[in-house]
Amino acid sequence: MRVLYFAWVRQKVGKAEEEVAPPAEVRDVAGLMAWLAAQSPGHAEAFANARTIRAAVNQEFARPDQALAAGDEVAFFPPVTGG
Amino acid sequence: MTPSIRIQEAPFDLAEETAALTAGREDVGGLASFVGLCRADDGLAALVLEHYPGMTERAIARIAAEACARWPLTGCTVIHRIGRLPPGAPIVLVLTASSHRAAALESCAFLIDWLKTRAPFWKREEFADGRERWVEAKESDDAAAARWDAA
Repeated sequence: MRVLYFAWVRQKVGKAEEEVAPPAEVRDVAGLMAWLAAQSPGHAEAFANARTIRAAVNQEFARPDQALAAGDEVAFFPPVTGG
Repeated sequence: MTPSIRIQEAPFDLAEETAALTAGREDVGGLASFVGLCRADDGLAALVLEHYPGMTERAIARIAAEACARWPLTGCTVIHRIGRLPPGAPIVLVLTASSHRAAALESCAFLIDWLKTRAPFWKREEFADGRERWVEAKESDDAAAARWDAA
């Protein structure tokens, strides 16, 4: 599973993307966030307040309860501020 | 009509984009444009715009398709710049053309309202004294986008 980070989430995690292989009990976006938070101090800081983070699965906005599959591209980022 | 959607570092030329939507046509009765500029708040030195390549184009295409479904447009252009932009620099252009003004004006407002809340861009502010800060999403932007839900 490919995970991408943007804006301050990327800065806190310390990388723009990574390949991860979470255990089978990680089934949805919220589960992946909790698992990622335990991967490093940077991840922990990035995901400390999950409510401030938005997600996309395969380049579509996704809710915390969205199910994940092994080949998905998952992205985490702050609420968008373009325009 | 296929909306023209571009993400680029380079500036855009409003006159050129306007000409592209009207060239050789006699059915365009009105054009509406919105240009968003980099505002120099609190000693801002530059805005740095980041996006999610791939998802950005997909998200804007969906927003433009929604605009085309709601209003009879003859043309639609959305250009969003990325990278480091100084105060005064244009950031975003939304241009809509239609046979009648209401469709052009309303769809232009709709496009920028939805773009601000549904397209994956992020702004970082850099200040003259070296500070930097990520711009936070505004509730007023959510409210502006939501007013089109009931329409």
